[in-house]
Amino acid sequence: MPLFASLYNLAHWLTQDGAEADDLVQETYLKALKGFRSFEPGTNFRAWMYRILRNTFLTSRSGLSAKMTEPLDPEGEITAESGTPESLLLARMDQELVRNALERLPVAFREVILLCDLEEMSYQEIAEAIGVPMGTVMSRLSRARKAMRELLMARVSGASL
Amino acid sequence: MNCEWTAKLDRYVDGELTGDELAEFQGHLVGCAVCAAGALGRLQTKRMTRVASEHRYRPSAEFRLKVEQSVSEPKGGRWARQWGPMLALAATLLLTVASALWWVRSSRVEQGVSELADLHVATLASANPVDVASTDRHTVKPWFQGKVPFMFNLPELQNTPFRLLGGKVAYFHQKAGAQLLYAVGKHQISVFIFQEDAAARVNLGSTATFSSEGWTQGGLWYFALGDCSAVDLRALSDLLKSAGRP
Repeated sequence: MPLFASLYNLAHWLTQDGAEADDLVQETYLKALKGFRSFEPGTNFRAWMYRILRNTFLTSRSGLSAKMTEPLDPEGEITAESGTPESLLLARMDQELVRNALERLPVAFREVILLCDLEEMSYQEIAEAIGVPMGTVMSRLSRARKAMRELLMARVSGASL
Repeated sequence: MNCEWTAKLDRYVDGELTGDELAEFQGHLVGCAVCAAGALGRLQTKRMTRVASEHRYRPSAEFRLKVEQSVSEPKGGRWARQWGPMLALAATLLLTVASALWWVRSSRVEQGVSELADLHVATLASANPVDVASTDRHTVKPWFQGKVPFMFNLPELQNTPFRLLGGKVAYFHQKAGAQLLYAVGKHQISVFIFQEDAAARVNLGSTATFSSEGWTQGGLWYFALGDCSAVDLRALSDLLKSAGRP
């Protein structure tokens, strides 16, 4: 089955729960099979599969609660931010720290970071996969990374006290 | 300290700046410590994010099997239990007719292309996907001399998102040709090159799961396909077309 390991990994990152990830992946493949005719040849298969996974997640128990507890996504312009002590981050960053920060991010932020950095999707592909304009992808990614840096910095600063 | 250019940092590290905008930003980076540190930090975080999240959760073999079985279970059985024998019969007939129509239509379009898609998938699944493994076109191209009955040119890939991974001889309609393997991000693209007559009976179409593009040039038939975006595939095709011009 195409993309199985990759979708499973993403499903687990979204739900943060093994049993729910299992259900999500299984339902995604059933829906993909059922709706295969809606796939337009020549378009991006990976983005199409992820869109099914995501829509399934959003109607699941954890997806619904994630939607309810997340702040609205104001589509403001991407603002320049002041310099952060990147050198401190670079010196202290490790896998566990990054993993922990990712897990603590709101799911909409975690999703866009994983699609960009893990799945290496272009902004256009991400826009197709999550059904938002490219400008929204850019602003959401920017805010997600800012939130991630703040989480990392808080951990690094806390650890160095 | 602040810099108005930091708004472009994410697009820079994600490879979304192109052309003049990229050159301008790279020029700025040389003289701006804020942006240089920002770019370095973002690149490092991006890399760490990939390392920390990749293969974090792996499906078990049992679960994979369970899903495979569930998607291959005939729908008629479920319907029959829920809606009774009459509806099951109607549904099965409808599915059969719809499947037959779909098969006739798609087999006409995908004839030939599916054979190349199979070669591509088999290549990706192989432990040794290429017989000449090199990112250097000056190593890969000469390797085909004497192995295929034609010559071809490969494009320079510097400053492009594409990487050459290597190549091998492929056979299509009993004719030997070249199969080049390229990568863009995590996606892999096969480019097949055959003499034009080998493709004479092939219907060019698209596959359901891959982006693809075929063209003829200088007596050769080229066909590129991969799971990348259609935009990337077109960009690589354009590079190959430029290299193929006399």
